[in-house]
Amino acid sequence: MSDQEDDIILSELETAELVLQMHDDLYDGLKEEIEEAVNILLERGWEPYQVLTEALVAGMTIVGNDFRDGILFVPEVLLAANAMKGGMFILKPLLVATGAPRMGKMVIGTVKGDIHDIGKNLVSMMMEGAGFEVVDLGINNPVENYLEAAVKEEADIIGMSALLTTTMPYMKVVIDTMIAKGIRDDYIVLVGGAPLNEEFGRAIGADAYCRDAAVAVETAKDFISRKHNQLAAG
Amino acid sequence: MTPDDDILTVDGLTAGADNAAKVLILGCGAIAREILALKAANGWDHVALTCLPAILHNHPEKIAGAVEDAILKHRSDFDTIFVAYADCGTGGQLQEVCDRYGVEMIAGPHCYSFFEGTEAFAEKAADEFSTFYLTDFLVRQFDAFVWKPLGLDRYPELRDTYFAHYTTLVHQVQVDDPMLTAKAQECAARLGLTYERRFTGYGDLETSLRAVAQG
Repeated sequence: MSDQEDDIILSELETAELVLQMHDDLYDGLKEEIEEAVNILLERGWEPYQVLTEALVAGMTIVGNDFRDGILFVPEVLLAANAMKGGMFILKPLLVATGAPRMGKMVIGTVKGDIHDIGKNLVSMMMEGAGFEVVDLGINNPVENYLEAAVKEEADIIGMSALLTTTMPYMKVVIDTMIAKGIRDDYIVLVGGAPLNEEFGRAIGADAYCRDAAVAVETAKDFISRKHNQLAAG
Repeated sequence: MTPDDDILTVDGLTAGADNAAKVLILGCGAIAREILALKAANGWDHVALTCLPAILHNHPEKIAGAVEDAILKHRSDFDTIFVAYADCGTGGQLQEVCDRYGVEMIAGPHCYSFFEGTEAFAEKAADEFSTFYLTDFLVRQFDAFVWKPLGLDRYPELRDTYFAHYTTLVHQVQVDDPMLTAKAQECAARLGLTYERRFTGYGDLETSLRAVAQG
C-alpha cells in the first residue's frame, strides 16, 4: 500500500495517524511494525480491546473486503494474517486480564482426511478478534474430536472446514452423529471451505455455510445473539 | 507435433481440422499430451480433441461453465462428445452439466485419481492425505501451477504455511523421462517434501478413451 515505511517512525505518529498506519502495515503484512505499533498504543493508555478492534480487526476487515473483491489474493491475506497474529500474541493475555467482552466459544477444525488449514486458521483468528474464545482442534478430525471437545469446552459453536470435495461429505457424518446422539440443537454448526456452498450447507444440515472468515464472524455473532434472545424469551 | 505446455496452460488446444472426425474429446489442457499420445498410438483418426486452458485446474469453480460453453459450441459438429475431466474440484457441478447434455465424462475425483486408477487411488486415499501429487504436466508447469499462484516466488516464507502438514510429493509418471524425474525431485525439495516416483502410465484415462473411441 505504501512505499514509505522506511521513512516512518511509528512512535512519532499521532495516535489517529498511527492507527491508520497500522491498517496500511497490516495490508502490507508487516508483522514487526504491527507488533511495535500495538505496544505503542498500549503505552499510550489504549485498552487492549480497543487496540484489537480499532487497529487490528478494522485493518483486517479492509484486507478481507479486498480479498472478497478480488483485489488481494491468498498470499497477501496470509501475510496480513501473520502480521495480525503478531499483534494478537501481545494482546491475548491482556484481553483475558482486562476482562474484554466474550461473545461465545467455538471449537473448530478441518475434517477427517483434510490437512488444509489455511481457511480454518483465518477463521480462528478473526473469531478471536471478534471476541470469541476459540478452541482449535487442528487438522484431520474424526467426529469424536469435535463432539468431545464441544462437550468438554461447553462450546456454543462447532466449526468444520474442508478444502477437498472428497473430504467435505465428512461434515455430514459429524452432523448425523450429533442428531443420533440427540445433541444437534445444542450447538450452532458452521461450515466452510473452498468447494462448499450454501446448498451443500443446507443439504448436510449445518446452520450456515460461511464463504470467508468475515462472513463466519458475522454469522456467528448473529446466531449467538439469536440464541441469547431465545434464552431471554424462554 | 507436441503442443507447447505454456500454450496448453493459458489457451488450451483447438482440434486440428479433421473433417472425418465423429467424436470430440473435450478435455483439460493438462492432459492434452497424454490424449494425443493415446490417439496416435491407437490410430483414433475419427477422434478430434479440444482442450480448455489447463490453468482452470487452479480455478475449479470455472470448469463446469467453461465445459458447458464448449459443449454448446461444438455439439452440432460431432456425433459424440466425451468430456475428459473427472470431477476436478467442481463438487458435482461438472457431472450435472454432462448429465444435462447427455455427455459422458471420466469417473473419479481428479486426474491424480484416474491416472493411478480410481479404485486403487480410493483405497490408498486414507493413508495418503498428507501427499501432494504432481502429474508429468504439473511437474513441467510447476511454477505456473504451484509456485507462482501460491505467491512463493514473492513470499518464500509462506511455504510452510501451505505445506507444513504435507509429508510427501508423489510424482505420478505417465511417461518415463529422466529429465522430468530430476525436475520433480527438485520440486519436492523446493516444497520441503519427501520425493516418491510412482509410474502410472495413462491409467483410467486410457480405458475411458478407448471405450469412447471404439464406441
